[in-house]
Amino acid sequence: MTGAHTLALDDLQELIDILSSRGYSVLGPTVVDGAIDIRPLTSVSQLPHGWGDEQDGAHYRLRRRGDDAVFGFACGAQSAKPVFFPADELLWRSRSGPDGPQIDRPDDDRPDDDRYGPPYAVLGLRSCDLAAIRIHDRVLTGRAVADAHYATRRTDSVIIAVTCTDPAGTCFCVSMDTGPVPSEGFDIALTELYADGPHRFVARPGSPRGAELLERLAARDATDEDLAHAASVGEQAAQRMGRRLDDTNLKNILYDNAESAVWDDVADRCLSCGNCTLVCPTCFCTSITDVSDLAGATSERHRVWDSCFSADYSYIHGGAVRESTRSRYRQWMTHKLAAWKDQFGTSGCVGCGRCITWCPAAIDITAEAGELRRVAEHREERRARQP
Amino acid sequence: MTEVLSAERSQAVDAMLPRSFRVERTRRDTRDTFTLELAPVGGDPLRFAAGQFTMLLAAGVGEVPISISGDPSGGGLLEHTIRNVGSVTRALVATPRGGVLGVRGPFGTGWEVERGEGGDVVLVAGGIGLAPLRPALLQVVRNRERYNRVLLLYGARTPEDILFAPDLERWERDHDVEVAVTVDNGPHDWRGRVGLVTRLVPRAGFDPSRTTAYVCGPEVMMRSTALALRDRGVRADRIRLSMERNMKCGVGLCGHCQLRELFLCVDGPVLGFDRLEPLMSRWEL
Repeated sequence: MTGAHTLALDDLQELIDILSSRGYSVLGPTVVDGAIDIRPLTSVSQLPHGWGDEQDGAHYRLRRRGDDAVFGFACGAQSAKPVFFPADELLWRSRSGPDGPQIDRPDDDRPDDDRYGPPYAVLGLRSCDLAAIRIHDRVLTGRAVADAHYATRRTDSVIIAVTCTDPAGTCFCVSMDTGPVPSEGFDIALTELYADGPHRFVARPGSPRGAELLERLAARDATDEDLAHAASVGEQAAQRMGRRLDDTNLKNILYDNAESAVWDDVADRCLSCGNCTLVCPTCFCTSITDVSDLAGATSERHRVWDSCFSADYSYIHGGAVRESTRSRYRQWMTHKLAAWKDQFGTSGCVGCGRCITWCPAAIDITAEAGELRRVAEHREERRARQP
Repeated sequence: MTEVLSAERSQAVDAMLPRSFRVERTRRDTRDTFTLELAPVGGDPLRFAAGQFTMLLAAGVGEVPISISGDPSGGGLLEHTIRNVGSVTRALVATPRGGVLGVRGPFGTGWEVERGEGGDVVLVAGGIGLAPLRPALLQVVRNRERYNRVLLLYGARTPEDILFAPDLERWERDHDVEVAVTVDNGPHDWRGRVGLVTRLVPRAGFDPSRTTAYVCGPEVMMRSTALALRDRGVRADRIRLSMERNMKCGVGLCGHCQLRELFLCVDGPVLGFDRLEPLMSRWEL
């Protein structure tokens, strides 16, 4: 592998320092309130040393690993979505003037809470989350009109990815063909080695910028043993997926079974809370909120995350188009796993499993898609047997 | 890369920034429906295709998608016909003459009235659905010689709710448009038709083999009308409907207007019945 180096933890610190000195806001995984989340990072000591995670339907716990791994967890509570596509974005401000509202673009004065702003360097992203970024690039910048703020944040970002070494029970990236080894969309990809020999990271460049950064670190070239070890770590992780989603013909199954009783069954459990859409790294629906002062003299327009599980989401004069939870869950899953393919050429699911972990009712997208398939195929078989 | 992104960026920022338009005139069409005539505060008039919509902003209150109801040939004031039924529409119609509104757009697909040239054209409207069809009719009567028979089938709730009555008369008298109006509910002195507009389709005098139809109204009315037109033999792809869904951005980014694989703000609102039929037959899709 050309340009692969072996780094020590100190080299990672140097990488963070270089990126900071070049003006990047460096972000990475840290332990926050009993979960792993992406936060500003100045020191490798902030990484989740020795922490792993345990994930299942409606279940997330940090656990002590008994080793010094800093990337020994499966995936954090959030992907990089809030970094590049924040939950609340100021679009413009307006003041009332002689010719009606005067509109100011926000580019001129950045809001106060955005001091830790772009360009971003994000450390420790998983392959599933890289796939989600590729999807967002397509959805938000690859069509007739782009999300300008997203495009700006993405343009100069640096991404340092990590091979997933210890997938969780909710992971199914292998069946979505998105992991666990980063394949594209990064500047540097790390594989953490801790089981034999010293704690170290095999780093391979994925862009000229990544190669240049690795050269700056003056780390030693990766040995063949390290490269082989790194490859086997990825292969072993691929064998330990907690779940699987069969994507074969799934679009037609979803389109053809919009009236399946399976939706009624899910609706009995679904709380329509929207957690799944908030943690989903690809969900991109937003709403517009106007905030004005009491006199109505100034107002701000914000673009905020929205969820297809809310009643307002589909409201038109006369009522919501999707009144029932059944129709809202069907919309979410059909969009994610089927309509997305027509719209953007890929599935909208990257197999990170967050919607399963963070669903308070432990609804499992892989199980529901499997059940829909089972019922549909059973019906087809019965039909075929009839004379 | 940077250049591409900055071009996209300016386009996108502009798509989200409203332009200021001044209210020149407000015409009361019926008891609850008003037409606003708007002029740009600086800059060129808005160019649009019949069937497109804009996002209309009442500053500090909110923004709603409204179809353009004026003449698409350009030059004149920008017209929107609005039913006063919610907080934003109330603020819009209450904006005094000289007041300023925000306009984003135009967005979406148009009726593509040119498709009907050389044949018969049937326009079917239900209620406020006549407003988005008005630009199509204005385009047809402006080029009347390019069309054979032109029919407007229009259903209103009551005679009081009939929109654009002077237009209907003028189109019928001066432009050889066959206008048939029906109401759901008529008072005792109403001498016109009573009943659903769908019922007018089976006996209307058009040649199905060379007809293009444009339908706008409540979704259930559009579906029944499209089925009646197809029963007469009009090809499904020549039956064009204008769909309504919640819209926030107008450019396909916010996701609200999705109808399965369609983003109705960019793929629609006007689409052929061949594309829409499977999507309209499912409740709450």
